Amino acid sequence: MAENSNVNAATKGRIETARPELTRGGLHFTPRVDIFETENELTLFAEVPGARPEDVDLHYEQGELALRARVSPRTEGKRFLLQEYEEGDFFRAFNIHESIDASRISAECKNGVLIVHLPKAEAAKPRQITVKGA
Amino acid sequence: MTGSRWQQYSPLWNQLQQFQGEMNRLFDHWTGSGPSVGGYPTLNVWEEGESLHVEAELPGLDLKDLEIYVTGGNELTLKGRRQLSTPAQGAWHRRERSAGEFVRTLTLPYPVDAEKVDARLENGVLHITLARHESAKPRKIAVKAE
Repeated sequence: MAENSNVNAATKGRIETARPELTRGGLHFTPRVDIFETENELTLFAEVPGARPEDVDLHYEQGELALRARVSPRTEGKRFLLQEYEEGDFFRAFNIHESIDASRISAECKNGVLIVHLPKAEAAKPRQITVKGA
Repeated sequence: MTGSRWQQYSPLWNQLQQFQGEMNRLFDHWTGSGPSVGGYPTLNVWEEGESLHVEAELPGLDLKDLEIYVTGGNELTLKGRRQLSTPAQGAWHRRERSAGEFVRTLTLPYPVDAEKVDARLENGVLHITLARHESAKPRKIAVKAE
């Protein structure tokens, strides 16, 4: 079978210095992220392979959403015959400009994908204004 | 070297060294002298006793969208399709994940037993364990004295 992949094979982006800096050393990576906006919410999808739901730490404060996923080492001390990627924690932070209802933020993590639902605050939702005749 | 004394006292020299180090690292990224990539998905392979371990990061992949074949004794093929669920109406702010079909074939260092392949997909990480084929196991040859 021929090598044939139309999936983007970009390597994981290693973070040299995460901001804010992390206290724990070791390798950190930027998870690949999709952000989608609907009428009611912003939905964020982040790829964090190797992280269990309990390993994910999500923090939202004053418009900044920070996500950190710890990945327990799986191949420590192994002698690789082939090594094409490295293991490490994931870290990324976003400034969210839309006004978000922080009390209703929810998240789930399945198959190494973290999904964060950021519901828009009532005031920020689009409203249809009825124009009345005189 | 005359520079060695400077190294200790001049913060500027240290900064320059640091800067150069960072530039080199950046360059390594572009020229690909970091971990080499042979296709999608990227793989890690290691050996433990009589078995080979192959690992790949495949976040969001469903088991039903993945096929694993062992052919010719030492060829491992991963075939799959990454699908991303897209909400019906709205707008993308950022799109970094990619979807599509992939096929990757890896030649293993020795024949493996096609009947004893164990594959697990856990938290978006695929782990395949392959056992060395009987025929490929090292045999101790008894040397007889005449």
